[in-house]
Parts: sequence; structure tokens; C-alpha cells
Amino acid sequence: MEDERSFSDICGGRLALQRRYYSPSCREFCLSCPRLSLRSLTAVTCAVWLAAYGLFTLCENSMILSAAIFITLLGLLGYLHFVKIDQETLLIIDSLGIQMTSSYASGKESTTFIEMSKVKDVVINEAIYMQKVIYYLCILLKDPVEPHGISQVVPVFQSAKPRLDCLIEVYRSCQEILAHQKATPASP
Amino acid sequence: MVLKAFFPTCCMSADSGLLVGRWVPEQSSAVVLAVVHFPFIPVQVKELLAQVHQASRVGLAVLGTWCHRHQDAEEGLGHFLEGLGAIFSHEPWLQLSRERGGKLWSCKATCHQGPPGPAAPDEDQVMLVFYDQRKVLLSQLHPAAALPDRQAGDGTAGAEGLAVVFDTVARSEALFRSDRFDDGPVRLSHWQSEGVEASILAELAKRASGPVCALLACLLSLVSAASACRLFQLWPLSFICSKLSVCEQLRHRLEQLTLIFSTQKAENPAQLMRKANVLVSVLLDVTLGLALLSWLHGKDCIGQLAKALVPVADVSWSGSLVVLEHLFPACWGHPDCPFPAQWVGPLPPVCLQHVAEELQHLLQWLMGAPAGLKMNRALDQVLGRFFLYHLHLWISYIHLMSPFIERILWHVGLSACLGLTVALSILSDIIALLTFHIYCFYVYGARLYCLKICGLSSLWRLFRGKKWNVLRQRVDSCSYDLDQLFIGTLLFTILVFLLPTTALYYLVFTLLRLLVVAVQGLIHLLMDLVNSLPLYSLSLRLCRPYRLAAGVKFRVLEHEAGGPLRLLMQINPLPYGRVVHTYRLPSCGCHPRHSWGSLCRKLFFGELIYPWRQRGDKQD
Repeated sequence: MEDERSFSDICGGRLALQRRYYSPSCREFCLSCPRLSLRSLTAVTCAVWLAAYGLFTLCENSMILSAAIFITLLGLLGYLHFVKIDQETLLIIDSLGIQMTSSYASGKESTTFIEMSKVKDVVINEAIYMQKVIYYLCILLKDPVEPHGISQVVPVFQSAKPRLDCLIEVYRSCQEILAHQKATPASP
Repeated sequence: MVLKAFFPTCCMSADSGLLVGRWVPEQSSAVVLAVVHFPFIPVQVKELLAQVHQASRVGLAVLGTWCHRHQDAEEGLGHFLEGLGAIFSHEPWLQLSRERGGKLWSCKATCHQGPPGPAAPDEDQVMLVFYDQRKVLLSQLHPAAALPDRQAGDGTAGAEGLAVVFDTVARSEALFRSDRFDDGPVRLSHWQSEGVEASILAELAKRASGPVCALLACLLSLVSAASACRLFQLWPLSFICSKLSVCEQLRHRLEQLTLIFSTQKAENPAQLMRKANVLVSVLLDVTLGLALLSWLHGKDCIGQLAKALVPVADVSWSGSLVVLEHLFPACWGHPDCPFPAQWVGPLPPVCLQHVAEELQHLLQWLMGAPAGLKMNRALDQVLGRFFLYHLHLWISYIHLMSPFIERILWHVGLSACLGLTVALSILSDIIALLTFHIYCFYVYGARLYCLKICGLSSLWRLFRGKKWNVLRQRVDSCSYDLDQLFIGTLLFTILVFLLPTTALYYLVFTLLRLLVVAVQGLIHLLMDLVNSLPLYSLSLRLCRPYRLAAGVKFRVLEHEAGGPLRLLMQINPLPYGRVVHTYRLPSCGCHPRHSWGSLCRKLFFGELIYPWRQRGDKQD
């Protein structure tokens, strides 16, 4: 079962949330971030090339122009491969764990999987981010030493940064699955 | 809890049979290792499982049945398979089936004992997780989960979660030794059933490595015994050896070679990786060293280098003598003058002479009005002449060496056979020896400045009427006599007005020294890089990423209504940064031991700095 809804992130950009219910014990949430805009790309390229041309008129060295082209290309490739995240996915599987995947604009995917035995709870937290107060969803990990303590807080959807309404949807679904988990502890 | 069945992808197209594997009750997961095909005799299957259990300490059992049939095949097979549940009793009993040529999977788990209560898993709650058996067998999880000892019995204490799956597959190698060409009593399907993997080269290398390692280990132990003999502990040799970085590097190289050729087998994967890393790093080093050697000898670079250093007639040497003559007209020709009126003997090497010339220009500039600052004339002249005389002594020292330079360079070039790092360390030592005069100037300037600062601080306390109480380790007030105050104030004034001159000399020589130290530091950094980079691990991560696993990742496969949830478990490789961090080799240990703050403080107070101390040296 699959459905798609659109939300907005903390800066007002449009996000698309795709929910897939594979089975009562497995759900996936996929947030698509706004794409790289042509306007900003053109603006940055023009700025860099104008600066390079300005330096060239000062120094009369044509290496500066080739260096500027080189830097622009490398910078764009680096940005697409290491910085620009296209999609963030949260896959929650009952009794196996929670998996977070970020896919970059160049196609690279980076995945983290947290086993269910380490997950204490999934909560929505408030944080002060620059001049705003924002909400973010995070996974609390158990502390192996102290049974009621928390060893780590892992935030989810860090680059998409959706607003509270989107987070509430995801939170409710996750809590339904975690409730199964808590209701049926390890069988003897 | 949902029941998870881990199924190997190699058995997806196998014929119908029995599922053999391990049941982990704490996580409600069944790890299927192989499929036993018909015909079989149940007693023989149980014997095989008992054998594997003894060899690997992993509790295997028959977990259920696997049915791979055509869509419209008769139901007889299905009933037969259900009947097998009575022979091999196992809780819960799995029944996996797949339609041949289709995509319909079905998975059932039944509990025979007890009434079907709310805890009985039904079809909706069984999950199929496919895994690549070969990759899971060969991979190593980081951080290595606390895997139980091979001899510690069956316990799963310590291995948690998915590490259990890796552990089970890795330890059941005994089950995977037979392939379908063997004529054993039981026919199995697993990742090696198409033929056991082996490599002729690897086997030959293993056979040959035994005697070769023994021989080389003998030779290396002789070499290390010779180097540890009492002769090298005597004072002059031990002092020189501790100052030269070549000796440190040679010692490090000897340790590395001893590790590679040791006859002991590696006990755990970490040690094996370390051996492999050290071997690859030594090979790369020697290759680069041989390339450097061939380049040096090929283009006759050594000859050209020696010619540049060999004495040649040069106008600028006599030119600088003329300058000196004008500078000290009073003492030129005087019997006590340290500079000879004409130079007798072979002329000094060109490039070193160029450096000496530059230093002389610098000292002359300092003795004038450097950067417009007004210096104390008398002190300036004294210090300037003292350093010029020192420079003259150094030129004479180079003179003594000049006939032997080509031969020394040629022999030193040969040492590149031992590796690029040895050649780099020799280069660093040569730089240190050739800039010895800069080091001496720095020490003189620093000591002078330090004395001045000490004197100034104590006289400043006197100026204010206080003194340092050694007993209480603090500053106390003190009543001085009039004559003490008079002399103290006089000395304080003298020192304050002489401070700019000394400080300037100190500053200039410290900057020169720091420049030399920076160059040496770069060379050491390069050496450290070659020594400590784990190249084997990095290339393994590049070419066989599944061998170094940071974890796992799951992908949901096509889901049909009414069928079980199917997931594909793949290995998540370790990121490059963590590979380097985990498998970094220990380097020579030449790290700067001062933070920037303490370095600045030492420079300000004139304390001597030794930023590139070798490991094991005492602080001065």
C-alpha cells in the first residue's frame, strides 16, 4: 500500500512524503527534498567566473581562467556527491530494526541500520536551530550499562527537516510498530 | 515476536528437500545454512549434523522443509514433506515453498506442542530474509561483536542481533566442505555445492612460505642480535644513533620484516590484516626506493649533484672577502683577525657557499640598521663578528668534507634499496648536518636571550621592591639596601636598553631554525605516511567491499498479497576513514609534543625547542 502527500520543510520548501506499508510489521517513509535549482547554480557559476575574470584582468595570466573552470566543475561534482541529498528514507521492520538511507544527487547512497534491541524509543524533540525553534524526530538508543539510561540520540531526516505535521504522521506509524515490539518481548 | 528465516540466495533455485541450520530462540530467528536433497536416510542426516556440531561447536538441526515445485504438481509431495515433520521434530517447524518459474513464495511455521494460543506465529508474521552466503562467510563485522571463543562451547552470550548470523555462517565451514561431485551419503546444496573454491597459487604459496619464512626469520634474528650487541651501547655511538633518524627508520624496518617473516600463524583476523598491511607497505616502499635509485643512477644525477657540491672556482667567494675587508678595515691584516687575507686551499662547494653568502649578507644587514631599527652599536658589532667567525669555521668544516662528497652520495644512494623511507630519512639527516651552523646560531641566540629575560624578570622584581621566595614558591616583598637597589636598577636599565638588539638576533635565528625544522618536518610527515598507511586494507575495501563490514542493510523485495514479507540483507561496507583508523600501522612516533600555546610560550621566554624528538629521547 502506497500513498504520497506533500508537506513543507522548516524553510518553506516543498517536500513529498511517500508512505509504503509492506506489511503490518514493515513500513517505509520516503521524504524527497527540493531539487537543485537552476537559478542558484547559474548564480554561483556566474559569480565564480566573474571573480576569475576580474583576477585575470589584474594578473594577465590565463591559467586563472582554466583554474576557475576546473574549480567550478570539481565543486559541482563534489557538491552533488557529498552534500546534496535528494531523498531520505526511513524503513522500520518489527523485531529487526530501523534503517535510515540518504540518497545523494549523484546516486550515492549511505545507509545506517540500528538493531531493534538497541532502540529504546522514537520521539519528537524540540531544538533551537539558528534563530528558530524546530521539531525533529529522533531515535533513542539504550545504554548497555544503565537499563533506564540513554546512550545516544540519533536524529532522522536531518537534511530534509520537515515540519511538525509530517513528523507526527511518521511518529504515529513508528509507535504502532514499536508497540508490537514492546507487547511481545523475546519469546522463551 | 515475528519469526525471521534467514535463507541463502544460492538455495533459491535448489530442488526440494530439508532445511538445515541453526535456531536462535532469543531472537526468534532461524538461520538456514543448507538444503538436504532426496533421497536421504534420516539417520545419516543426523550423523552429519552431529559431526558438524563437534567440529564447529554450532548447534545445527533440521529446521523444516523446502519445496520447489511446479504450479500444478500433485499434492503428494506436499503431504510427504509434512510427514517429515514427525521424524525430525523441531519447534517451530518451518515450511518454505516456492513455485518453480514463478514468484509466489509461501512460508509457514507451526508449533506442534501446546495448543495454538495467541503466541503461535501465523503466516503473516514470518519474515524471509535472503542473504548471500559467500559474502557473509568471508566478511568481518566491525566493531567486531564479542564473538564467543571457538573452544568456549555453544553459548551465544556476547554475540547479539545480526552478529549471530555472521557468527553461525562463519563457524559452519565444516558443513560447506562437500560439493555435489562428492559421493557422500547426504547431498547438500549450499554456496560451495557447485565446486569447492580453491586457488593453485594460494596453495603453492602456502607450501613455499613455511621454509622461506623460517630461513628469513633466522637471518633477521642474527641481524637484530648483531645490532643489539654491546658495542652500540657505548657512549659516542649510542648518542649519534639516537640523533639520526636513519637509525630509527632502520630499526622500524627490521621490526616490520621480523613481523612479516615470523613463523607463528596469526591468531585472529586483526593480526592477519596487520601482517598483510605491513607486507604491502614494505613492498611499496622498496619498489619506490628502487625506482628512485634507478632514476638517480640512470640520469647520472649523483654525478651532477656531486659536481654542484664539488669545489669549483667562483668569483663570488673572493667578492665576499672584499666586502669583509671593507667592513672591518681596522682588523684586516691584523694578526688576530679571524679572516685570512687570502684563501689558501681548495675552494668551497658552490651551493653551500651560496648559503654561507646569504647568511653573511643577513648578518651584515643586522649589523647595520635592520628595518630602520636603531641597534646598540657595540653589542651589535660583537655579536655580528662572533657569528661571522662561526660561519668561517663552518666553511672550513665543509672544506674538509668536499673531496669525499661524491663517494658518500653514491653509497647513500644505494641505501634506497631498503626503501624510500630510508632514503628520505637520510635526506633529512643530511639537511640536519648541513644546517648545523643555523642550529648553533639558534642555540647561542636563544641562550643569550633566555639569560637576558631571566635577569630582567628578577631585576624587575627588585625594581618594584619584591623578591622570589624559593621556600614558599611565590613573590614576596623585600626590603633592599640602598646600594643593592642602586646596582640592581643600573643593571636593569642596561639590560632593558640592550634588549632590542638581542631580541632581534634571537628572532632572526629562531625563524631560520623554524624554517629548517619545517622542511625536516615535511620529510618526516611523508615518511610517516608511507610507514603507517594500511594499503592492503584500503585496497580490500576498494576491490572487495564485503570483506570489511560496518553493518548490514536491508532492501524490501516485491511483495505479493498473501505471501510473506521478503527482505534482502546486504553488507554495508566500512567507510574509508574508519578503515584507516582501525588498521593504522604504528609509525615511528615522531609527533610534536607541544601544543601551539606551549610552543609560543617557550619561544617567548627563550627556552630551546625540539619539536621533532625521536621516540624514547629524554627531555632536555
